[in-house]
Amino acid sequence: MKLELGKLTIRDIRFSEESKISEGILYVSKEDLRRVALTEEKIKSADFDIARPGESVRITPVKDVVEPRVKTEGPGGIFPGFIAGVDTVGSGKTLALKGMAVVTTGPIVNFQEGVIDMSGPGADYTPFSKLLNLCVICEPVDNCEKHQYESALRMAGLKIASFVAGLGKDIAPEETETFETPDLLTGMKAFPELPRVAYVQMLQSQGLLHDTYVYGVDAKKILPTVLYPTESMDGAILSGNCVSACDKNPTYIHENNPIVEDLFKQHGKTINFVAHVITNENVFLADKERSSNQTAKLCKMLGLDAVIISEEGFGNPDTDLIMNCKKIEAEGIKTVIVTDEYAGRDGKSQSLADADKAADALVTAGNANQLVRLPKLDKVIGTMDYISKIAGSSDKALQSDGSIEVEIQVITGATSEVGFHTLSAR
Amino acid sequence: MVKEIERSGLPVVHVCTVTPISMTVGANRIVPAIAIPHPLGNPSLPKEEEKALRRKIVEKALKALTTEVTGQTVFKD
Amino acid sequence: MSKLRVVHYINQFFAQIGGEEKADYPIELREGTPVGPGLAFTQAFGEDAEIVGTIICGDSYFNENIEETTKKVVEMVKGLKPDVVIFGPAFNAGRYGFACGTCAAAVHDELELPVVTGMYPENPGVDTAKDKAYVVVTKNSAADMRHAVKVMAPLALKLARHEHVGASCEEGYINQGIRVNFFEKKRGSERAVEMLLKKIAGKPYETEYPMPSFDRVEPMPAVKDLAHAKIALVTSGGICPKGNPDHIESSNATKFGEYSIEGVTDLTEETFETAHGGYDPSYANEDPDRVLPVDIMRDLEKEGVIGKLHELFYTTVGNGTAVASAKKYGAEIGKRLLSAGVNAVILTST
Repeated sequence: MKLELGKLTIRDIRFSEESKISEGILYVSKEDLRRVALTEEKIKSADFDIARPGESVRITPVKDVVEPRVKTEGPGGIFPGFIAGVDTVGSGKTLALKGMAVVTTGPIVNFQEGVIDMSGPGADYTPFSKLLNLCVICEPVDNCEKHQYESALRMAGLKIASFVAGLGKDIAPEETETFETPDLLTGMKAFPELPRVAYVQMLQSQGLLHDTYVYGVDAKKILPTVLYPTESMDGAILSGNCVSACDKNPTYIHENNPIVEDLFKQHGKTINFVAHVITNENVFLADKERSSNQTAKLCKMLGLDAVIISEEGFGNPDTDLIMNCKKIEAEGIKTVIVTDEYAGRDGKSQSLADADKAADALVTAGNANQLVRLPKLDKVIGTMDYISKIAGSSDKALQSDGSIEVEIQVITGATSEVGFHTLSAR
Repeated sequence: MVKEIERSGLPVVHVCTVTPISMTVGANRIVPAIAIPHPLGNPSLPKEEEKALRRKIVEKALKALTTEVTGQTVFKD
Repeated sequence: MSKLRVVHYINQFFAQIGGEEKADYPIELREGTPVGPGLAFTQAFGEDAEIVGTIICGDSYFNENIEETTKKVVEMVKGLKPDVVIFGPAFNAGRYGFACGTCAAAVHDELELPVVTGMYPENPGVDTAKDKAYVVVTKNSAADMRHAVKVMAPLALKLARHEHVGASCEEGYINQGIRVNFFEKKRGSERAVEMLLKKIAGKPYETEYPMPSFDRVEPMPAVKDLAHAKIALVTSGGICPKGNPDHIESSNATKFGEYSIEGVTDLTEETFETAHGGYDPSYANEDPDRVLPVDIMRDLEKEGVIGKLHELFYTTVGNGTAVASAKKYGAEIGKRLLSAGVNAVILTST
């Protein structure tokens, strides 16, 4: 499967009468955006704002971050199962608007929403402070159930990202990168000497408001399966979850999965990047056992030599991580695992809820419990009403000078367990 | 200690007050006790009532020993 | 701004007093001029800090008078009012390392001053410094002095100024269990791919989080037939026959006890007591059944609910007892119970 990913860098976003992309500037009409957002019937009102890198702006509570992408050639469409039909994606041509994202916010959905600071110390911790963020602020209709609101806000983000990307459909990309994964047999013949490597991605699937979707299917209902690594670049996997902001994978990270990208960089040179295996992190022990058994089985079936396993979330999913690692290693397949730590504010506690000696190669994205003081910023997009309630904060968070003292857990993408960011710990 | 005895091949129920520590050290069957200085008693109760209370905890411990578990389990009631 | 004040501790060898033959050199304080490696530190500090006093002590002298000498070191340091205290570096010298670590921990605890030392990771002194002193990683000989000073001096200055100290791998100290965040140069995914390539090639790599040594044990199957089962009682609550015949320690116990309860239907104040020093023993002494429920077990035995209560019980004191000892006792107790035909165990803790 071959995907040509065209990139068009957006240099600024401006509100205007007409929606268009011209000379690298994205012009959007609030009316157009509102019309798109309000197709979600559980959304009462929608407003929009722009946050630029370096500005004294805080976006909170952040629900999701989405990169606008559009299919320009080939089967299917971006976000299959939600925006497009369920054709298999990951081939043909796709255009991505780089340097920007759509960020959804509004009254809190659940306790695990995030913070994106565009400047100050908080900006160092979130990779999204470097993007031009088109913020979508939605209010739900009265008496809207939490899960309905989550779904509406998720869909609004996806729809607006798709609308924006559509504006660039006919513009030639500035740069095109080609990713190709041959079928198993061809790949084996093409790279007979290279170690066979796959990426095992664990998807958050702890239940309502903690779900991830694959081609429209709730990931807690899947058996582990195999994707071509380019499928996620077309939005085959997307976020519907409200776990701690620091280590959940917003849709943006699924589209730009850094492990997929970095394995592709070695593909055909030092490794044969065979497949993207996805599995879940369910709450029943039998599910955990079944999924890890199936994952190890798939790895063996694919004739792999090594895998990178990434977790999403923490706590009981640490057990899934260790099960996957142990069972895959037991098949004689080498593993490296990527996770983050909850070592307490003083860094002295046990970092993971589970451990095993098989997990002898671990990359950590840092201790999510570390405290950070975020100064008061000039402008808030969304609302500070919930700042003391989100996971990683406390009722003591708000200081008299307007700054907040919180765990980096509240910062979107701070301890990305797919290694999207540079934070680590020793 | 709990873990090592279990490792030797015997089911063990850990009756203790601070159950989170028991979880951390890795006991599989855990029954909460009354208080640190008197885990299976309560000096403020009349002798007979105290004994009845102790019997309840011991019975819970026996129930834990006769229950199959797949992982660490706290037997609350 | 005035210079930061540093106190330096070294042994007789580095003070150029002598080698092993002078190891009994008693503790001495030299104020002012730096001594031995103190010169290198002074150079590294430049205008920022100065050594205001050097404590010199023979390694044997220290190790033969540990408590007394440690106290003296704390007193000497206190009198000099330093901003930071440097010990060694001790490289791979065991007794010197032990002195450095012990005194560093004491100065940290009693004077709440920042302390830094330097050792080869296998030096037994590393353990004594624990999470109290920063122990800079050195090679195993004094030939590494230049490098050690280059790492220790800036760290000491940072500590003296109460600045943020980075992660162990950035600052060059030994990680003793405290996790510290920092930004890597490469993103996590790239580091993961690099680590994987090394692991595939069989080349050495360093995990970013070594697994802790706490393990889990598979739960044993449940007791099927309670009415015919032999149940044993074990406790970490220190219950033992009156008078504690085996002298089980009240804390960090070095042994466990095995005692008979054959024919005993009730533990009484007259016959049993607790050796545990970690909790108020009056309730357990008044009625030891509150910790070890022999009375109830006998009732259940009589009623046929359980088959038999094992005639021996095992006891130890869980108070501050090292994990390694507890593990050893558990394994031994398990072995004995198994060979006695016991089917299940009730272990009580206080």
